[in-house]
Amino acid sequence: MSAIPVTPVVERWTLPSRGRVAMLSLIIGESAIFTIFVVAYIYYIGKSLTPPYPGQVLEIPFFNTVCLLSSSVTIWLAERQIERGKMRGFAAWWAVTIALGAIFIGGTAVEWHKLIYVDGLTIRTNLFGTTFYSLVGLHATHVVVGLIGLTIILLFTLTGHVREEHSERIQVFALYWHFVDAVWVVVFTVVYILGR
Amino acid sequence: MADQTLPIAGTIDVTPRRRSAAQMLEWLHGWVVTVDHKRLGILYMVYGIFFLLVAGVEALAIRIQLAWPNNHFLSPETYNEFFTMHGTTMVFLVGMTIVFGFGNYLVPLMVGARDMAFPRLNAFSFWLTALGGLLLYYSFIGGFGLYGMGAAPDVGWWAYAPLTARAFSPGHATDYWALSLIVMGFGTLGTAINIIATTLSMRCRGMSLLRMPLFVWLMLVVSGLTLVTITPLTAAQIMLTIDRYLGGHFFDTQAGGSAVVWMHFFWIFGHPEVYVLVMPAFGIASEIIPVFSRKAIFGYPAMVAASVGIAFVSLGVWAHHMFTVGMTSVGNTFFVLSTMLVGIPTGIKIFNWLATLWGGKIQFRVPMLFCLAFLIQFLCAGLTGIMLSVAPWNWQLHNSYFVIAHFHYVLVGAIVFNIFAGIYYWYPKVTGRMLDETLGKWHFWLFFIGFHVTFDTMHFVGFLGMPRSIYTYEPDRGWAHLNFVISMGGMVQGIAVLIFAWNLVHSYFKGKEAGNDPWDAWTLEWAVPSPPPVYNFAADPEVHSRRPLWDLKHPEDPDWKYEA
Amino acid sequence: MRFLIRERAVGVIRQRAAGVLCLLAACSMRAAWAEGPLGSPSIFAPSSTPARTILDLSWFVIAITGGIFVTVGGLLAWALIRYRARKDDELSEPPQIYGSTQVEMAWTVIPILIVVVLFLTTTRIIFAIQDAPEPPAALDVTVVGHQFWWEFRYPKLGIVTANELHVPVSTAQDPRPTFLRLMSADVDHSFWVPELAGKTDLIPNHPNEMWIDPHRTGLFLGQCAQFCGLEHAKMLLRVYVDTPEQFDAWVEQQKQAGVQDPAVAAGRHVFETEACTNCHTIAGTAARGTFGPDLTHLASRATIAAGAAMNTPQNLRAWIQDPNTFKPGALMPAMQLSDEQVDELVAYLDTLH
Repeated sequence: MSAIPVTPVVERWTLPSRGRVAMLSLIIGESAIFTIFVVAYIYYIGKSLTPPYPGQVLEIPFFNTVCLLSSSVTIWLAERQIERGKMRGFAAWWAVTIALGAIFIGGTAVEWHKLIYVDGLTIRTNLFGTTFYSLVGLHATHVVVGLIGLTIILLFTLTGHVREEHSERIQVFALYWHFVDAVWVVVFTVVYILGR
Repeated sequence: MADQTLPIAGTIDVTPRRRSAAQMLEWLHGWVVTVDHKRLGILYMVYGIFFLLVAGVEALAIRIQLAWPNNHFLSPETYNEFFTMHGTTMVFLVGMTIVFGFGNYLVPLMVGARDMAFPRLNAFSFWLTALGGLLLYYSFIGGFGLYGMGAAPDVGWWAYAPLTARAFSPGHATDYWALSLIVMGFGTLGTAINIIATTLSMRCRGMSLLRMPLFVWLMLVVSGLTLVTITPLTAAQIMLTIDRYLGGHFFDTQAGGSAVVWMHFFWIFGHPEVYVLVMPAFGIASEIIPVFSRKAIFGYPAMVAASVGIAFVSLGVWAHHMFTVGMTSVGNTFFVLSTMLVGIPTGIKIFNWLATLWGGKIQFRVPMLFCLAFLIQFLCAGLTGIMLSVAPWNWQLHNSYFVIAHFHYVLVGAIVFNIFAGIYYWYPKVTGRMLDETLGKWHFWLFFIGFHVTFDTMHFVGFLGMPRSIYTYEPDRGWAHLNFVISMGGMVQGIAVLIFAWNLVHSYFKGKEAGNDPWDAWTLEWAVPSPPPVYNFAADPEVHSRRPLWDLKHPEDPDWKYEA
Repeated sequence: MRFLIRERAVGVIRQRAAGVLCLLAACSMRAAWAEGPLGSPSIFAPSSTPARTILDLSWFVIAITGGIFVTVGGLLAWALIRYRARKDDELSEPPQIYGSTQVEMAWTVIPILIVVVLFLTTTRIIFAIQDAPEPPAALDVTVVGHQFWWEFRYPKLGIVTANELHVPVSTAQDPRPTFLRLMSADVDHSFWVPELAGKTDLIPNHPNEMWIDPHRTGLFLGQCAQFCGLEHAKMLLRVYVDTPEQFDAWVEQQKQAGVQDPAVAAGRHVFETEACTNCHTIAGTAARGTFGPDLTHLASRATIAAGAAMNTPQNLRAWIQDPNTFKPGALMPAMQLSDEQVDELVAYLDTLH
């Protein structure tokens, strides 16, 4: 069945990487999910009927934010290392990324502990509680999923299963992490600046 | 990829003949663990057709109940469950699965690839969808409701808050509904990503974007649209689940939550969803109409542009489902305009199909009959859609039987008709045998007549003030005769579908041998054997126009000379 | 450019539409439904300005869409007949035509023009109906949707009633429109009386408004048009349009406390001592419940159970014994009364004019 006549010749034939296409598609889909939660959050700002209100209990998590955003830089540095085949440097920056992500999650845990036990704000307290824990929780879930992925890749790297030729896949995964960081910028703006 | 270490043709044989129990088990195991896009496509189709029969039975029960006033065939509880399940099943378990079944089977073949971009993700997506369907139907047994026994969801497929709140929907029926839609949502997302990656990254040499068959284009557009429409539904269902299980207040009107927000979120999904379902149907028509008119599709670039245009516009029209919820007059005006704008690219499509017929040599084979019926019915559906987009008239027509008639004209008159057309058209490719033409004509004419008896009449009971979702009606409203006619039409459609089901089974064993290319068609899938081998193409094909097989059959007059 | 003078353009098209299609389709439909021989609440028999305006717009839209249908359908039919494959000529392929920019431009521009016309016409009507100012003489009614009945409150008149709305007729000489404020006590409902106006939803925590100005007296039927649960189908609605005199008399009567007839004191005692008072109000008695319909003037209503049954002693009796008789799933429980108690109760309720 190779008999399709080859009158004009197709010369160069390059296609986009399927991994990148798929990850970008996933990111578009995820963005839609976040958009809905963000819209709900914005719509319900100031609509809670009972306290506590965000202005009374929320503190701006500067340190957390700095950690998470800088992890985008460190993962980019890791990508550059693996592209050049420097696996040790890659593992090091990758581990730093994980550490920064873990600090962020730890910070969120501390914040939630304070909100729940000191301020008495739970998901069922009022609209603020519902929307806050849902939106920040949805983002935190993505961070946790990302951390699990990062950790698995780190383990494979340390056991020598990740090599230079995998840099394409590593970059595809890193796209997800960049996305999670970018979403935090939106969540941070909406929850801690707009909503307070 | 084009090396010679491929499995040898003839090793696959999907037909189970007489076999021992162990072989049978192995055959079954093969289907369960398969990652072959063709087998998964078949699984999607079988799954979809099965639920088509289930939801069809639900529809017939609904119609028997409404055949005359104050009927007691179904209890109010059962009626409400049936119309909820009918809608949910038809949209998610029939429409989506069949659409993605076609996509799975055809997209790799049409772009000259050996499989989808991510075969294992593909299998995972199918089984997620299958699990979602099971969850939904398990509610009949497990979602114990008010009376301590099985209770399916009964809140309507749109499930407006706060009827879905724990206070108004105790038991677990609504939870099964939300959960199954979340699960199916992830399955759908996976498939959509897969189809996008396949069309963008797996095309054979020469298959530039503007040479892809229109069906592939429409699947690409639909998958892109799915990314941004199924996900809002998932988000809304997560919120609903948070409300129901964790005591959240998203849609709790007692705590300041808003019922209208649910409507917005639901229709941000719900309206584009209609296009997710109908555009693959456009794709099917755009393959079949040219072949049976013996002409190239008219205005291919315009068809592509119109599809992309519809996808974008469809994201901005959702609140035309909400003209009666008390939006501001400016808000209403905006959604009137955006909705009417959909008519423009849709009109272009209809005209292009017409122009394809114009000057052709039209063969009235069964797939073509269904496509032609689709053309006229889709025209009607579009025009009643224009009527509904006129907000003041919508205040009268909304939630009346006119709306039911309108969207069944789209979902049945356009989508189901084209699904049937597609099955008649590609069945020979999938099984190697032709569907019986005589049974097919019986199926077509009975279904066509039944369809019009049912849904044409529904418009008029809507004019006479009959609202939707009612399990019975007062005898003095003058709706009884028309409803009886509608129900009779439903029965005729039921018979037609049974003939179709019989045809599927009968022709599988007794049908005429099809050969590679029974319709003398032009796209790549007709270049491979029927059924195609697991690896699809022995050597990677290379194409130079939109109709590679036309070029092959008419070397003196190939398409690539004319295509821009 | 030509749509700068949109009023005129719309007017011209409207006339043309009236000339062409109304003569054909319109006449037959009107003949069949205008008077509603079967008593259907038809949208083609408007008796109030909003419904009338909507119908006029509808005819205009029907004319345009009908024209499109005839044109495109005709072209399709012609193509199928003219270009069908013929037996003698099956071997060769027809000439291949890939497209034509001019033709495609034409059928892109024409729909755009049609959309512009439809949109401008529609917009005018939206604003005319939705943003109509409330005149001082208007009657205010608050409608509260409940699973599965209607509560009507007349705040300025101090009246509360259920399921049967009374409004005065509104004439050109004496315009007395009624403005409805729509709310819900539980889930979404929708107020729809097709002959009077389009529907508007009753949504908890989201008050809506609509208005009607019925031009003729009589009874107008409608029902809840948004699925609201088990008995959505039996959430029926009756609107009585009274002459001004009738309406004033009705108001006077409704303002009274519940009739206290000593002959039925036993029934009243049953009402006041059983669970009835938890949900129902009868002005002038201890009954102050608000979960169910106000029964102060129950006997003045034609129906019970939101229109599910006529208000006869037999039906009332059956209803009290087991509401599931008419409305399986109604929120009122079966009252578990003895036959004697039911007799007394029905006799009492029957006096509440």
